[in-house]
Amino acid sequence: MDPYVLKTLNAERRARRAAMLVTDLGDGRDRIVREGDHVAGDLGTAIARAFRTGNSGSVEAEGRTFFLNAHLPRPRLVVIGAVHISQALAPMARIAGYPVEIVDPRTAFATADRFPDVALHAEWPEDVLQRSPLDSYTALAAVTHDPKIDDFALKAALDARCFYVGALGSRKTHAKRVERLLALGASADEIARIHAPIGLDIGAASPAEIAVAILAQTIHAFRSRGLDNKGVAA
Amino acid sequence: MDHSIYLDEARDPLIIAEGWMKDGKDVAVATVVETWGSAPRPVGSHLVIDAEGNFHGSVSGGCVEGAVVTEAIDVIASGKARMLEFGVADETAWQVGLSCGGRIKVYVERLG
Repeated sequence: MDPYVLKTLNAERRARRAAMLVTDLGDGRDRIVREGDHVAGDLGTAIARAFRTGNSGSVEAEGRTFFLNAHLPRPRLVVIGAVHISQALAPMARIAGYPVEIVDPRTAFATADRFPDVALHAEWPEDVLQRSPLDSYTALAAVTHDPKIDDFALKAALDARCFYVGALGSRKTHAKRVERLLALGASADEIARIHAPIGLDIGAASPAEIAVAILAQTIHAFRSRGLDNKGVAA
Repeated sequence: MDHSIYLDEARDPLIIAEGWMKDGKDVAVATVVETWGSAPRPVGSHLVIDAEGNFHGSVSGGCVEGAVVTEAIDVIASGKARMLEFGVADETAWQVGLSCGGRIKVYVERLG
């Protein structure tokens, strides 16, 4: 292994960016491919697939055998709003492999009593997200219904290219939200990435059912990363 | 289960390997490149080894690490990478096989 390759790989991993270590098992030569880098041919197709699934493995291409070691940051879910839905969403998401952080400046909502064993911040999103920035391996669900709390976080999620952005509220509520986000400088294309009304359409009624719908939509967004805008088939 | 989204720098084998390298040590990196059947560590898992036989990480549930460390010390000396295979189908299975019944292939290479 090339020492420079190892240093580069560790730097990417520390920064929570996806990186693929590609090793030619014939001659031992290796290199780092970053997510979104163009690699031609069968090897490129296999690399794109490994980025999406996170599965490492060997691939035959160009008459050689390559080992692809996929180093993906752990996905996480940031929930804006310490509400009833969040109480169900936090344990379910954690079981599914998505660690959760909950942010809500309303101290009556954000209590350890209501959210045992959850990373909980009784602070404004502005403060929490400055300390712990969003990134493309973070999902954000805004569920307070309160523009004063949700809007900043939604704009930050679009700027950080979070792999999932969802916002609770009816179509009418969302139409007003779109106007506000445009005023904050988000583009129409960016705003179109917001899932609203939030959650897969499974007819969810109770807070726990809505949590299932949000989690399912988050997983779908994670496992189909790059499929909507890059047209990668595999 | 670890729920942190950040690297566990004190236990992460590749971070440790980089630290050893900075300390001027000779290092080998072992990687699980293939598994069949029941295998305790997934493809991509690492064990890192220095020339004195110190190691961090894992490529199995502790079943074959000893053998990998021995091979890694040779790899550090020769600089030539090796592909190792362990499992019940292997004739050495009685000594260092995987009791779980699986098979694994481990690529061992020198760092630098």
